[in-house]
Amino acid sequence: MKRPLITTVLAISAATGLLVLFNTMQGCRPQTTQAVVQGDAAGKVYVRPGAFDEFYNLVSGGFSGQMSVYGLPSGRLLRNIPVFSVDPQSGYGYSEETKGMLMTSHGFVPWDDSHHPELSQTDGIPDGKWCFINGNNTPRIALVDLGTFRTKSIVEIPYCAGNHSSPFTTPNSEYVVSGTRFSIPMGSDAERDVPIESYRENFKGTVSFIHPEPESGKMSIAFQIITPAIDFDLSHAGKGPSDGWFFFSCYNTEQAYSLMEVNASQRDKDFIMAVNWKKAEQYAKEGRGRKVPAKYLSNWYNEETHMTETTEVAEVLQLDPRELKDLLYFMPCPKSPHGCDVDPSGKYIVGSGKLAALLPVFSFEKIQKAIAANDTVGDFAGIPVLKYESVLHGEVKKPGLGPLHTEFDDKGNAYTSFFVSSEIVKWNVEKLEVLDRVPTYYSIGHLSIPGGDSRKPWGKYVVAYNKITKDRYLPTGPELNQSAQLFSIEGDKMELLLDYPTIGEPHYAQSIPADLVRPREVKFFDINKNRHPYVARGEKESKVERKGKEVHVWMTTIRSHFTPDNIEGIKIGDEVYFHVTNLEQDWDVPHGFAIKGANNAELLIMPGETQTFKWVPKEVGVTPMYCTDFCSALHQEMQGYVRVSPANSNVPLKAETRSVDAGS
Amino acid sequence: MKTIWKTSLILAITTTIVACGGSDKSATPPGASAGGQGGNTSATEAAPATAGLFTAADLHLGDIDQGMVQKGKTTYDVKCQACHSTGENRIVGPGWKGVTTRREPAWIMNMIVNIDAMLSEDPEAQKLLEECLVRMPNQNLSKDEARDVLEFMRTL
Repeated sequence: MKRPLITTVLAISAATGLLVLFNTMQGCRPQTTQAVVQGDAAGKVYVRPGAFDEFYNLVSGGFSGQMSVYGLPSGRLLRNIPVFSVDPQSGYGYSEETKGMLMTSHGFVPWDDSHHPELSQTDGIPDGKWCFINGNNTPRIALVDLGTFRTKSIVEIPYCAGNHSSPFTTPNSEYVVSGTRFSIPMGSDAERDVPIESYRENFKGTVSFIHPEPESGKMSIAFQIITPAIDFDLSHAGKGPSDGWFFFSCYNTEQAYSLMEVNASQRDKDFIMAVNWKKAEQYAKEGRGRKVPAKYLSNWYNEETHMTETTEVAEVLQLDPRELKDLLYFMPCPKSPHGCDVDPSGKYIVGSGKLAALLPVFSFEKIQKAIAANDTVGDFAGIPVLKYESVLHGEVKKPGLGPLHTEFDDKGNAYTSFFVSSEIVKWNVEKLEVLDRVPTYYSIGHLSIPGGDSRKPWGKYVVAYNKITKDRYLPTGPELNQSAQLFSIEGDKMELLLDYPTIGEPHYAQSIPADLVRPREVKFFDINKNRHPYVARGEKESKVERKGKEVHVWMTTIRSHFTPDNIEGIKIGDEVYFHVTNLEQDWDVPHGFAIKGANNAELLIMPGETQTFKWVPKEVGVTPMYCTDFCSALHQEMQGYVRVSPANSNVPLKAETRSVDAGS
Repeated sequence: MKTIWKTSLILAITTTIVACGGSDKSATPPGASAGGQGGNTSATEAAPATAGLFTAADLHLGDIDQGMVQKGKTTYDVKCQACHSTGENRIVGPGWKGVTTRREPAWIMNMIVNIDAMLSEDPEAQKLLEECLVRMPNQNLSKDEARDVLEFMRTL
């Protein structure tokens, strides 16, 4: 009797302890979900069967390296687009044509950590043409075409280490930027092989301006600006009156290089760096930069040859702000600023010091006045530091704990995410007054309003991207998908409407009215425009050819057969390339291709497209191949055989599809 | 008894397939009947496709135009040959020999350019689906391309 009692008491204490801990961890968790969901939330997110969502929601796949597409307000997952990671479902990164998209100066890199989708803009407004996304780990920027919802272009960023403050765009997508999270030593081997403790002396940062060609979407590095050794975090372009400027949040002005969580959190203020990019562009055009050796790859997918085209670049143009004046200015910003967000008017810049208990709002007009009057408090590694009070529009006092990011509606209000206090706070930009606050479940990172970082927000919803999921959904073991939460912001009070799980860790996301995207939609590829070197335009062009140890098969698919579907004369030691052309010319009729024992993935070939599958047979015998995508009532009949003979065999090379009663 | 059972099964399967193909218009999936239509916010707002895009009055069949025949043959090789022989035998779909004597030219044109609506509404098209069990693909031929293919068929 005694022991169970003790056990119970212990259990109760433990449970209470856990509860306390839990509540502490979740910060202020003032209300239950039941308490905050009010009114007809279900009716506001219900999209009836057959009807479409109002917004496309492009969500970073975080450490999945991909980008997912949801519909809003339903929260329905529409698609997961392969970007920086191989995708066995589509064959992206496995087919001979798409492998090149993941090539870098480090060789084939099949993964990355993607953080920030950014829609292309025209006149400061999302235009529905492209969506950029950054690769953080092996620094890259990708461009996803919103006609095909496919990755069209990937460029590597030289002299960058941790491409975090990226890929934010200028108002006409003249440039997207990259800012290095880690400063690093640069130059020759001897200049780079230095002690880590020589950080201050030998390390430098860069911010890069990447130009996407307006028609093709091919990307190249237009120029880089060398900066003092610090860490760059996030960024946003100016617009309207501040067009021509870019703002980057910086931390680690302590210039620490170890135990960063302590050593890089010492100073009361770090910086937001203001960059006059129009001036930088002018310097670059005038040839006043320095071309330095670099090695980076720019990959572009040609939709007519259906192949990756890779350009290797050997140099990059660098601008040194110590020689070229009026390029960079630092503005003090409280404690390790994270988000760096420009309001729709372009007049104000919000810095979110993640360790600060206030939100500073800077005035672009005042920044210009301070620069003109040389109103500085000295310099940091040669870059002028403007006086905090002189550039400040004002501070939002005690808004919450751990401010991270701010987006805007179309009524002059800002919405800031607070990680530590786990809430969204709505405040007025001009008046700096807090208007409303709502808890998130749990520990919000980024938030996103359709058009919320542009000149034209569609201020209907805000989505919270939370870092902790815990008890939100049916449990799935130790690993949980992270939660997104949709709030209505149409009224004075924010209103929680919907929870839905996401893929990877979606840091940031952007949304755009579907009507702006759909006019460019691609349903299939025109077979008559297919310029793939191994295209078979019709079954009459299907064939098989041997080139030494390589065997090339020109193969076609249509509901529901392959041509050829019987291949003989393959020998051990051969490399077989199946170049599969899908002859279909209608929407939503891909065919798949898989072969037993292949050491890669399947192909999924869209109508009118050609994709190539490499197979190295290791076993004598007859090997099956089949279509993996249910294509018709006779899909299960869409199959074939490949006969593999010993290396010294004399079996003639032959490929055919036999009709029972072959006509003319 | 066995035969009857088989027949009912086939009938049941066929009915299901045809129904999926959109015999009930309100249930038509966007891809099935709205092949060429885009930009709608809602699938069901799409203008209903009708099977009779072409009538006999739209087609003027005179002497065979060899230029059109050649163009039709080229299109046939890329987009049609995988399923249709130029003989009498069926590959996936029927052979084309003599097809212009069996079918009205307007019906052929509608089958080529408007297959989804034809499979929804036209009894003859539905009968073919019951035989072939593979929905004829919409190969997205333009009206001119389809007319060239028809000219090519007239030579078979």
